[in-house]
Amino acid sequence: MPMNQTPQSKDALKTEEYWINMGPQHPSTHGVLRLVMKLDGETVLQIVPHLGYIHRSIERMCEWDTYPQLIHFTDRMDYLSAMMTNWAYVQSVEKSLGVVVPERAEYIRVMVAELNRLSSHTMWFGAYCMDLGAATAFFYGFREREMVVDLFEALCGQRLTYNYMRIGGVAKDLTEDFVPRVKAICETIKRAVDEYKALVSGNVIFQQRTKGIGILTPEAAISYGCSGPVLRGSGVKFDLRKDEPYSVYPRLDFDVPTGAAGDCWDRYQVRIEEMLQSVRILEQCINQLPGGAVQADVKAVRPAKGEYYARLETARGDMGVYFVSQGAAKPYRMKFRTACFNNLACLPEIGVGWKVADVVSILGSLDVVIPDIDR
Amino acid sequence: MIDSNAALTASDLIQQLILRPGPTLSQVVGPALKAYVMGHGGFSEAGYHALVAFLCANAMAGFVTVTALVLTLAERKVAAFFQNRKGPNRVGPWGLLQPIADVLKLLQKEDIVPRAADKPVFLLAPFVGMIATYMVLAIIPFDKGLAVTDLNIGVLYITAVSGLGVLSILMAGWSSANKYSMLGGLRSAAQIVSYELSPALVVLSVVLFTGTLSVQAIVEKQGQGWNLWAMGPMGVVGLLIYLVAGTAEINRAPFDLPEAESELVAGYHTEYSGMRFSMFQLAEFMNMFIIAALTATLFLGGWQPLAIAGHRLLETVGPDPLDPAKTVVLFAIPGYVYFFVKTALVVFVIMWFRWTFPRVRVDQLMKLEWKILLPLSFVNLIAVALWAAAGFGK
Repeated sequence: MPMNQTPQSKDALKTEEYWINMGPQHPSTHGVLRLVMKLDGETVLQIVPHLGYIHRSIERMCEWDTYPQLIHFTDRMDYLSAMMTNWAYVQSVEKSLGVVVPERAEYIRVMVAELNRLSSHTMWFGAYCMDLGAATAFFYGFREREMVVDLFEALCGQRLTYNYMRIGGVAKDLTEDFVPRVKAICETIKRAVDEYKALVSGNVIFQQRTKGIGILTPEAAISYGCSGPVLRGSGVKFDLRKDEPYSVYPRLDFDVPTGAAGDCWDRYQVRIEEMLQSVRILEQCINQLPGGAVQADVKAVRPAKGEYYARLETARGDMGVYFVSQGAAKPYRMKFRTACFNNLACLPEIGVGWKVADVVSILGSLDVVIPDIDR
Repeated sequence: MIDSNAALTASDLIQQLILRPGPTLSQVVGPALKAYVMGHGGFSEAGYHALVAFLCANAMAGFVTVTALVLTLAERKVAAFFQNRKGPNRVGPWGLLQPIADVLKLLQKEDIVPRAADKPVFLLAPFVGMIATYMVLAIIPFDKGLAVTDLNIGVLYITAVSGLGVLSILMAGWSSANKYSMLGGLRSAAQIVSYELSPALVVLSVVLFTGTLSVQAIVEKQGQGWNLWAMGPMGVVGLLIYLVAGTAEINRAPFDLPEAESELVAGYHTEYSGMRFSMFQLAEFMNMFIIAALTATLFLGGWQPLAIAGHRLLETVGPDPLDPAKTVVLFAIPGYVYFFVKTALVVFVIMWFRWTFPRVRVDQLMKLEWKILLPLSFVNLIAVALWAAAGFGK
């Protein structure tokens, strides 16, 4: 500043902006995400996410395996909705082959998908509260999740990467105690959600940390391609289970919760309500569950030459599987359209102007799983 | 001196030490020691006082170490029970030897000093924090007459000295040569300095009501009724303000932004390891103990038994065992037991806060102090002034 100029009060104190690095090793980035932020004091001016720390070339590896062999890759992308990601993939292959999945298998798929949604949302709840400082809620969320994960272990032998779906059905039939355990889980979740509401939703500090923070307008959400609770939190009532129904969802009665303002609070509320809706779906499935085979008789999996696409609603949003077949036993190109990639894309816009602590809150409310982004 | 108390046997002495340590130490043990040291040891009067100061310092150091270790275990057990699990239970029954295992572990750690760190400041920071802690502990009365020292401006001294802790945090944050630590240190400085004000005003209201700055006198006066109810509704409001602001002053959740793990890894003590880190932890736990002790002292009657409107529980009046001519109050339960139970309850409440509430954001924290707690404490002060002027609680 030239010496002969009288400094105005705003410019008299020289301040500097600085760049800070959050991650890739950081307790709150839910995986290996590097957020480079430009800060002015505590206020965030710019966020630049750096991805790729867990890029494992899954899509390239899919070109080396036959279609049934590469189901296990889909577990390892969004590992918190592994059942649903499995399902998205086998659904696209079944579409290409024209396979009719037996009814019992469809009901089992819906049940395990909704149970997976429950386990994903309870884990998200725990992690989100822990990010905001309420460490005890983490244990409460995991207590409920443990019931679902134990059930899956009895069902398919795995707690996280299930590899349960097969082209034409599911790998194996339900165990004998599956239905009673699902009933117990439904009861527990209803009680647990009341507890979460009392402990966390009703807490003034929590509300102050989430209400009005990180507002995502519906137009911005649609333009970034956000989906799932991020989109519904902004007020856009779009759920693939209702709008492009697949499997036996048309026969099931459930609501799609939406938010009003598009802030972290709304995204939180949408997920809490979704847990209750999943319980509704599970209870109906238990009543409607038919007998029969759990796997269709699929011979050789060689989709005809062409491009195929199928999508479904995972816990995080719209998961799409696109592949190009040249008529061989292995795909020519496999592409996964993951929900988290687009959901994270809106962070540089909605995170700017808030404090560092709010960025943690916003990132948590977007519920991103980084391996889903990097693949 | 011992000769004039010829009737006092060894078992009597021990019993009096347990039941009434304050008077026993000052009237029996002190003079006996003085006689021995000046007579046989050839100390001067000043030498005797120096010896007493040395012994008190050692006693306090021992007390602080043991209490801080016990509190680390208590924190882990309390946290565990809130979180539906058990906490340490392998090392010793109920995990009682866990703190010892922790200390041994920390002692073995490599002492890392970052190359870019400002070395003298970096090395000194933990000790400055401990110094501030010890200084406040010096005047907290554990029982009648049982405090390291009793200043007649005790409350003023506490308010002045408790702000020294911020120096340690600033030193640690600045000298670590780490952006996260610096952020943590600066946040904490703003926080502690702001939250000095409300507790000071609340304590001022207690002083106004009691009419003295001396901490011992404040506790003595609560013999007729704890300040919590003797001060009317202002006692409750004052206690709540003091507890909330005190939790903020010691950087504990929900106000633990300076060490918010999910945002700044570990804030101002990120770069510390081994024993230096444990000094920060000890200072934090002892600060928690101090806030709890001060809450108990100022509002819950300190070492006094339960007293409401002149009625006291569980005590009798009888001849003084040390001087049968006088009549004194004889407690059935020693005063320090009351003190520790009250302090333990408040410590539990502070831990309860930590494991229940999410963290408050830094600007919300400032707003809470400057826009809510401070005006409330002013109103509280005026209300207490009117209450005292109207003659209640005299």
